[in-house]
Amino acid sequence: MFTNVAAIDTPMEFNDQATELRFKKLTEELRCLVCQNQSLADSHAELAQDLRNEVYKMVIAGDSDKEIIAYMVARYGDFVLYRPPVKNTTYFLWFGPFLILLIAVIIIARVIRTRANDLVEEDNEQGNDPI
Amino acid sequence: MNRYLLPLALFVVLVLLLAVGLGIDPKLVPSPLIDKPLPVFNLPKLKVPDDSVKSSDFLGDVVLLNVWASWCVACRAEHPLLVELSKNSEMLIYGVNYKDTRADALQWLQRFGDPYRASAFDQHGLTGIDLGVYGVPETYIMDRAGIIRYKHIGPITREVLDNTILPLIEKLKASST
Repeated sequence: MFTNVAAIDTPMEFNDQATELRFKKLTEELRCLVCQNQSLADSHAELAQDLRNEVYKMVIAGDSDKEIIAYMVARYGDFVLYRPPVKNTTYFLWFGPFLILLIAVIIIARVIRTRANDLVEEDNEQGNDPI
Repeated sequence: MNRYLLPLALFVVLVLLLAVGLGIDPKLVPSPLIDKPLPVFNLPKLKVPDDSVKSSDFLGDVVLLNVWASWCVACRAEHPLLVELSKNSEMLIYGVNYKDTRADALQWLQRFGDPYRASAFDQHGLTGIDLGVYGVPETYIMDRAGIIRYKHIGPITREVLDNTILPLIEKLKASST
């Protein structure tokens, strides 16, 4: 995979390393709309190039990460984010797995308890003392 | 008996979820622009570069805005429907010519017909980005207040035109102030 963002299209120049890192981080967190399993940083799609240019311009202009992400979301929706925001429609996405884990733990606990009781009863029937 | 019931129920639920998932097209991303005003733009006209097409030109009318390009194969597929619509109705159809060259675009219109009242020439695709375009063709319908009421991604089909677009246009025209 290409990790060097600048190598893909027109070379982008940055005044300092912090800005360059910010640009890399942002384009890796934004999804390319055309080839949906690639980030903006990875994609060769023309739209991804255009969007990278937009992000570049905004980074250079000193816009905050929040502003840049808001710009993208306003146009393409939450879909462009690899990490969707926590809100009403995404509660299940974020907390569903924990809920399922909790249910699994409860079921396992109940199964173990029932089996333990059964063993005790069996032992009692055979006249042995429970250990 | 009971011990099999729960796994069976879970299995059925899983199958149903997967079945629904199969029916959803992951390429269709819901647009955050629905029920929002059309993004402001001001672009040169494709045919008359000195003149312009502005988003404010559409205010007061129900408008269909079609994003197209001469390099876009799917655009060719839907084009006859737009040409037909422009001939058979009073519908205001505007175009956004997306990341194209003027020569190619003009030639394309000459060859396949020009259903557009005017096409905006978006050479660098920047208005496309404002519109959230990610795959041409895309089609927007605005009500008289300039609010986007519908967006179709990909080529319009006869079915979409008859079942969704035309009824919506009728409704918007009837209900507007």
